[in-house]
Amino acid sequence: MIDVTEEIISSSLRIATPLALAALGELVTEKSGVLNLGIEGIMYGSAFVGIATAAQTGSLTAGLVAALVSGAIAGLIFAFATVTLGVNQHVAGLGMTLLMISLCNTANRIMFTADGGQVRVDPWKPINFGGPIFSQYWLTYATFLVAVPFVWWLLWKSGLGLKIRAVGENPEAADVAGVGVAKTRYTAIIIGALFMALAGAFITLAFVGTFTVNIVNGRGWVALALVIFGRWTIGRLLVGAALFSLVNAGQLQLRLLPSFADVPFEILLALPFLAVIVGLAISGRNVPYPGSYLKPYKRL
Amino acid sequence: MKARFALRASTPWWRGPLLVGVAALLTILISAIMIRWAGGAPIPAVRYMFISPLQSRFGFTESLLSATPLVFTGAAVAIAFRAGYWNIGAEGQLLAGTIGATWVGLHAEPLPRIVGVPLILLAGMLFGALWALTPALLRTRLGIDEVVTTLLLNPVALLIITGLLNGPWRNSESGFPDSDVIADSTKLWIIWPNTRVHFGLALGVVVIGLCWWFVGKMSGGLKLRAVGLAPNAARIAGLPVERTLLITALVSGGIAGLGGASEIAGVAHQLTTGISNNFGYTGVIVATLASLSFIGALLVALMFGVITVGSFSASRALEIPSQIGQLVQAVLLITVVCALVIQKYRVVWSTKKIEVSK
Amino acid sequence: MNPVEGVTFAFSGGAPSIILRNITKAYGETIALNEVSLDLHAGEVHALLGENGAGKTTLMKILYGLSQPDSGQIEAGGVALRIESPRDARAAGIGMVTQHFSLVKNMTVIENIALASAKTFAIDLAAVRTEIVVASTRFGLDVPPDAIVASLPIALQQRVEILKALMSGCSYLILDEPTAVLGPNDIDSLLEVIRRLRSDAGIGIVLISHKMAEIEKVADRVSVLRRGQVVSSSLANGITSKELVALMVGEQQSGISQRKPEPRTGQSPILVLESVGVARETGGLSDVSFAVRPGEILGVAGVSGNGQSELVNVLSGTTQIDSGTIVVEGRQLGSNTPQSLMRAGVGILGEDRHASAVHALQVVENLILDCVEKFNGKFQLRRKEMLSHCESAISQFEIKASPKQAFGTLSGGNMQKVLLARLFSRNPKVAIISQPTRGLDVMATNYVRSLIAQASKQGTAVVLVSEDLDEILELADRVAVMYRGSVVGVVDHSEASRESIGELMAGIA
Repeated sequence: MIDVTEEIISSSLRIATPLALAALGELVTEKSGVLNLGIEGIMYGSAFVGIATAAQTGSLTAGLVAALVSGAIAGLIFAFATVTLGVNQHVAGLGMTLLMISLCNTANRIMFTADGGQVRVDPWKPINFGGPIFSQYWLTYATFLVAVPFVWWLLWKSGLGLKIRAVGENPEAADVAGVGVAKTRYTAIIIGALFMALAGAFITLAFVGTFTVNIVNGRGWVALALVIFGRWTIGRLLVGAALFSLVNAGQLQLRLLPSFADVPFEILLALPFLAVIVGLAISGRNVPYPGSYLKPYKRL
Repeated sequence: MKARFALRASTPWWRGPLLVGVAALLTILISAIMIRWAGGAPIPAVRYMFISPLQSRFGFTESLLSATPLVFTGAAVAIAFRAGYWNIGAEGQLLAGTIGATWVGLHAEPLPRIVGVPLILLAGMLFGALWALTPALLRTRLGIDEVVTTLLLNPVALLIITGLLNGPWRNSESGFPDSDVIADSTKLWIIWPNTRVHFGLALGVVVIGLCWWFVGKMSGGLKLRAVGLAPNAARIAGLPVERTLLITALVSGGIAGLGGASEIAGVAHQLTTGISNNFGYTGVIVATLASLSFIGALLVALMFGVITVGSFSASRALEIPSQIGQLVQAVLLITVVCALVIQKYRVVWSTKKIEVSK
Repeated sequence: MNPVEGVTFAFSGGAPSIILRNITKAYGETIALNEVSLDLHAGEVHALLGENGAGKTTLMKILYGLSQPDSGQIEAGGVALRIESPRDARAAGIGMVTQHFSLVKNMTVIENIALASAKTFAIDLAAVRTEIVVASTRFGLDVPPDAIVASLPIALQQRVEILKALMSGCSYLILDEPTAVLGPNDIDSLLEVIRRLRSDAGIGIVLISHKMAEIEKVADRVSVLRRGQVVSSSLANGITSKELVALMVGEQQSGISQRKPEPRTGQSPILVLESVGVARETGGLSDVSFAVRPGEILGVAGVSGNGQSELVNVLSGTTQIDSGTIVVEGRQLGSNTPQSLMRAGVGILGEDRHASAVHALQVVENLILDCVEKFNGKFQLRRKEMLSHCESAISQFEIKASPKQAFGTLSGGNMQKVLLARLFSRNPKVAIISQPTRGLDVMATNYVRSLIAQASKQGTAVVLVSEDLDEILELADRVAVMYRGSVVGVVDHSEASRESIGELMAGIA
């Protein structure tokens, strides 16, 4: 029984890594008042770019860097469309997601699967500190020990975070105070995109070591939900991530149990998504959206 | 020297269509570049993709066939967005519709066709509306943003289909995870002889017409538009904002579900995991490109049907991936949306002094 | 970055004059500013006078970098300035306190002030705190650094804004209608602060206002803007108030509504509020009670931000009450939803005409938005009926618009007329009217006031919520004064004066 619990916790941490990273990225973005629905697409794109580069160059690190670059570029394009041009954020984000997915699927077809093969790399190996719980990928350690405190410091202790929060609450006030609203939002969006890219790279470079269609499988949307569930605070966001990951890891274990063998595993796969929806329903009422959420800012 | 955007005072009528035209040309250009990169010859590929479907009877009717589900999802998304309800779940609602339709189709053998067809369509509509119910209730009762809730239900719908196809609906003959063929009494009539164009297209056009009429000419439509354009003003005027949103969400889900039923009963005749080729998400593109107008959605859906068929023939002839079609659609979305936004602005260059800007 | 090379701006009197030359700005087809020129000097209070919509705020926004002129330039000491953002303006020594404060409400005072000087990485809140203390002492403006802005009274929030501007080292301070949100006592304090800043710190103050009394008390120089042009600019003691008002208004002030306010007795009240309360962390309502009789106009006065908006929200149904009762014609309302209020015969003219109508829809569609069912035909709306209803409203209410025009293209006055037409076409028993003449020119203002008077003559009970004390004194039979979310007094017209109401508004008496 203890073994199973340890296994579940260990898997949960692994599953939670891309979720937490992507959610942290979306948090920074939404704190500045922008909703980035391109999250699923950016994760997808960086997952592909990362592994494709790693396969071509033989270096996982190169793949990681390439993934980050692709995330930054995607973030820049999204920022230009929504902040400078003022395109509807829902449409721009979804468009970005659809674009990235179709672009990567096409590229995947051209580069790797045209002959029926699949791209493959030797993924990162977990670093073992003893016991299954402490045998995680370096990026998992980095996420919870470095990324989380960093984002906390960024948003609530740094000058940039003050600007981001001000722009998210009252862009007019920030503008008058001399804070460049557009510049701040660009920065928040690109930082967010970098985190999302990290999440995507983790999926292909750390875990599976290959790329298949539908590899992100809706986890970008889950990360989105986690930000709202977390009421735009880090603590609750992590609680939500833990919840989803535990349910997800749990169903992996449940499947091994004989009594659950007959339950269609799809139901179990669907459980985590449903858990998030239930979580939102319970806690999502009257959430304190950032004051300028979804509103483009133009000084006329 | 710095440039900034300044809102235009008034937009001459020709700027919009001109910029959209530029966007379309830009898309074709980018498509040609992508085709080149994919290893094909651009000019024949562009011809295959955009022109050849219209040149043969087969290509034309196949385009109509491909456009059919998009007519439904485009209408579903357009009516929801018009009311200010961001229904991104058309994909899941369409899939729910296919589930309902398949269930009827698998059990309707003894019924006459005059009963079977309406039944299968009704089932699709109901299941689609049901799938839209939960996010709609969460929004209207608890104020929970519908973007995330509708989105998250999309993968769940697909999982349910996978589960059903691996389980109780597994094909009884081949053992593959696709369902048995539905009863003849539930199959839709072919409306263009010797083609695959089916009654679903006619139904879709009717749905578009009904939506257009309702939103533009009926009192309910005026209320819907007011709620979508200015919910606070509508509330002050005494309009039932939440009820309007709920009903619109259900209607939107129902239309998407109807589109799913149309796919099952009209062409696929069985349920598979690949039954939807991103129809729901493409519906968002269709509705956006049509500026949320219904007639526009019909035209854009038809255009996308052409692109889909064209990209298939291009991929077969030139050995480029068929995913190019979706890529082209996504690029088209981005270029046209940017064009529509840019048309409202002009670029102002500023030099050292605050001077006359021409 | 200092846009003007080699010139530094010092505090005490050494700051060069700022000259705005031939500033022109158009919004679409409306010309907001037409070749406007203005001189600003250090150590001088320059009042900018003008009606609503004359262009004062637009001009100052250009000076502060929030807007760009189409032509014209700004000079300091003879050298042209490039001001393209508030940052540039502050570097040039110009500070501004906007009318609706530029504070992030849910952050603390210290965070708001730190925003202006925040670097990217560490913010040294301790250093900012010290600077605040130093500046507070220097200018005599005390603020609580750790308080959340939203919890501070308006006068204190304004003080934070002024301190914020001063701390960025400005030699010119623009104050946009600073007294609009203050009670009489706070106004006096503010004028005192202005005098101190001018005389002791040598700061040049630009005071935007349309209130003659305040301008008389502090201004050294007065410029009058009317319809986007400067019609006069002179030293304050070289011109009389009467002349200034005439310049501001331009045409003969016609006799207004000729209404003889009188309290109604004898009839039973048609609208009664009893201990109505709305619970909120800040603001909200507590124990609001009053009654209105048919044909009576009850004015609701008070300094902006003391609960008037909440009261209007309650009476329009957008905010539900947490305690107390609302009784219309003897029947208590179960819940105050927009539908139940409308069914009971209560109509509303909201304070924000931009939020009360759907700009993208047509005039005719907005006009009947509250009774769409009435025009429902078998298969479609009865457009012909809608249009004829609209035509008669247009002629009756003198609306300059055509029925199919988009509502958003109407002028402010005409928008208000459409909304009033919508309100009065349903012959409400009670009309709740909020800030009806805000932002309207003199003609439209007079017309609207006469409409209100006429409605009361025809038996409608009117609750008139207005920040314009003159308006209330002119029209109201009785005046209820709101202070901190409660009704602190109801005064008959015969006893209502600026002083008596002013005291109630300030929380004294």
